[in-house]
Amino acid sequence: MIRNILKETTPIMFGYVPMGMTFGLLFQDLGYPWYFATLMGLFIFAGAAQFMAIGLLSTGAGLTEVFISTFMLNSRHIFYGLSILDKYGKWGLRKLYLIFGLTDETYSLVTTIKIPNKVNEQDYYFFITMFNQAYWVLGCTLGVLIGGVVEFNTQGMDFALTALFIVLVIEQWKNIRDILPFAIATLSSIFVLYFFKDQMLIGSILLSLSILLIIRAIKNKSYG
Amino acid sequence: MADNSYLIVFILVMTVATVTTRLLPFVIFQKQSKHPMMSYIAKYTPPMIMSILVLYVLKNVDFTSPTSLNTIFAIVVTVVVHIWKKNSLLSIFSGTFLYMYLVQQ
Repeated sequence: MIRNILKETTPIMFGYVPMGMTFGLLFQDLGYPWYFATLMGLFIFAGAAQFMAIGLLSTGAGLTEVFISTFMLNSRHIFYGLSILDKYGKWGLRKLYLIFGLTDETYSLVTTIKIPNKVNEQDYYFFITMFNQAYWVLGCTLGVLIGGVVEFNTQGMDFALTALFIVLVIEQWKNIRDILPFAIATLSSIFVLYFFKDQMLIGSILLSLSILLIIRAIKNKSYG
Repeated sequence: MADNSYLIVFILVMTVATVTTRLLPFVIFQKQSKHPMMSYIAKYTPPMIMSILVLYVLKNVDFTSPTSLNTIFAIVVTVVVHIWKKNSLLSIFSGTFLYMYLVQQ
């Protein structure tokens, strides 16, 4: 099982380690003890939010502002959870950890990959989430400790996440063989990119979900 | 001298805000998970989100500039290798290593 999980999560390692290192490097400039970068990876575990944190910390933002801006930034996750309500199994510590660790990349993996036979689903998802977090925490820590010292050119390595999402779109297509969700999402994204570029993720998700539900309502009506 | 106690509270606030977004749907809608509308959402949301994420990570690529050819070339290689070999790891690495090579010239 671990071999499989390593294989599934390696692309995420290629994205998370250099991205975490970039975070660590930026964090270093704030002047806090290094281990806080590790703690942020362990507790917050949200890439975009941690990058936003650098800006908020450097201006000494108020805590209400921190809460609201983090909530807004991560509000897309509400729709991730909504679409995998039953996937994570029975309530317990494992499920709580799975929900805690529901990043864009983890969501993409667990909704696309097929689980090997005779493997407990919750265990499998648990290890995927844990490996992903380990890569992220490792990246954050390496960045703050050796980011400025070691000269290893990781430029372009983050393309791994772009490639991962592209491959997952192809795999989703193989699973569902229906152009509808891809068309809705693409048109919505282009529309939102054009008019509300700064709110692209949540804007596109809200718009495509609305269109999807409208289409469902129309279909139901015409059958009913 | 940076203020450690401010940072500790800051981290906690950001943690709670993030966890809230991830936990909320499970707390509110778990009981409705068998509702036909929820199965409909569960079926169509992952491909929609995946498509949106692809466009999201590409949104800052300036397709009018010649440097975007690096991105386009790496994407084409990723897609072709994936359709040809059906091996995710291989396709992702082919695209990524090609991209790294191109941008580090």
